[in-house]
Amino acid sequence: MKLIKYLRSKILLGLSLAILTYMMIPLALIIILSFNRPKGRQNTAWNQFTLDAWTNICRDPTICRAFSVSVQIAVLVTVIATIIGTMISFALVRHKFSGKDGATLGVFIPLSTPDVILGASLLALFLNIFIPLGFWTVVLAQITFTISFVVVVVNARLAGMDPRLEQAAMDLYATPFQTFRYVTFPLALPGIAAAALISLSLSFDDYIITSFNSGRIVTFPIYIWGAAQRGIPPQVNVIASLMFLGSLALVALAAIITRRRRLKAFA
Amino acid sequence: MTTLAKKRKIKTAYLLLIPGAAWLLFFFFFPLSSLLATSLKRPLGAAPEDGFAYALQFSNYSNAIAEYWPYFVRAFTYAGIATLVCILLAYPIAYYMAFKATKYKYLMLVLIVAPFFASFLLRTNAWKTILSADGFVVGFLNALGALPEERILSTSIAVVLGLIYNFLPFMILPLFISLDKIDKRLLEAAGDLYATGSQRFWKVVWPLSIPGVVSGVILTFIPASGDYINAQLLGGVSDKMIGNVIQSQFIILRNYPQASALSFSFMAVILVLIYLYLRRVGTKDLL
Repeated sequence: MKLIKYLRSKILLGLSLAILTYMMIPLALIIILSFNRPKGRQNTAWNQFTLDAWTNICRDPTICRAFSVSVQIAVLVTVIATIIGTMISFALVRHKFSGKDGATLGVFIPLSTPDVILGASLLALFLNIFIPLGFWTVVLAQITFTISFVVVVVNARLAGMDPRLEQAAMDLYATPFQTFRYVTFPLALPGIAAAALISLSLSFDDYIITSFNSGRIVTFPIYIWGAAQRGIPPQVNVIASLMFLGSLALVALAAIITRRRRLKAFA
Repeated sequence: MTTLAKKRKIKTAYLLLIPGAAWLLFFFFFPLSSLLATSLKRPLGAAPEDGFAYALQFSNYSNAIAEYWPYFVRAFTYAGIATLVCILLAYPIAYYMAFKATKYKYLMLVLIVAPFFASFLLRTNAWKTILSADGFVVGFLNALGALPEERILSTSIAVVLGLIYNFLPFMILPLFISLDKIDKRLLEAAGDLYATGSQRFWKVVWPLSIPGVVSGVILTFIPASGDYINAQLLGGVSDKMIGNVIQSQFIILRNYPQASALSFSFMAVILVLIYLYLRRVGTKDLL
């Protein structure tokens, strides 16, 4: 009887771990194959252990160039989309004005537009007004679809904020600017940071919209798409592994720092 | 608040909106309307290179739908199945994270988000390797005689599996956020009033998680139905979705009016489906 009860309490844990494992399977394969010396061009079957790809990440310079193009684009897109999106979010959540429902709908529609259509309509625009396709058209296109995601994430944070905190600041004679600088903004910051992180990953990983507007510029996903036919070199696996493990390490570092700070605050 | 302060607040709201509104007007709504105009153009010659002229050729739509309706059906079927399975997979893990995992909550959250940084094309390609004919999975399932076609790759199963895998995080995250917001005291109160475990779930937790389910369904279903990567990498010729058609019409065949008409028909169906869905579940706080 006790055993059955114990097992029942662990069902949910078991399910969760199974789902998490399922989500990690392709990553495990990517990391394992980054240590492989592929037999032919296709790096799909285990052949021989080697650190070759890890020690020579940039042997094929096109891989590293594509990676650096993607990083540059992602940083630009993140900065601009986060600023514009946060401004929209503040207007939508913190202010009352006529046409608010329309504005909300205007932000929601891009979110419910399939990527192919977004990419294609922007391509049509750039062709019509004779903007040559390349780095900047990709930046413009990616900002367009990222803004709505920023608004959603920042909205969630702002909606959960207690408006009385700002009123309290005002009651204590803080100017509107001071209230924003010392109360509103710090409270909204985790939401803004999360939005920036999501923009970064959306931009860095985008293939569909980018492929319509890239012209000849090769981003990291476009490189992978092209390489998939003739075989993806293990160096790509190394970069993906580094991105995955690096993001885990960054989060761990952030957790340790906040814990230290909290301990200090207690001491 | 004085009327002056109120007016100033309204003015700030508009000032905050200007850059975003201008951006979306110029880079989203303007291109979309020019796509609409393109969808009604008529060809000037037999080949796409001859160009197209502005017209009101509504037959582009009837032709597009008559020729490609199976691709629409397939896209919505695949995306619908994938979305349902995503709910079934996402709910337990989101529930566990919100209610049970105290210490490891954020570790799990990070593990769910971190794969985003390892290219989704590469991850989808990894599934191609895992599901390949000489792989362990197919061998095992064939030994059981579970596969009617004796393979997974290049079948509709592979495409749906790819969609599930790629869009699962978009279901887990909004679900987790809405479950995490639930006041745990509500569950205690239900328990104090002698609610059984399943009553507590269906009368308290489930209704409060509906906003998360709605955002999750929208964030999963729309991109999944417009996706062409999974069908391209994992599916066979007969598994192509409407996204594949639109993409090849734009990029390869360059039949812009046809492609635009398909895009708009597709978007119209999506908007109608979302409208019906939202009317049924009735949620106001989407954003």
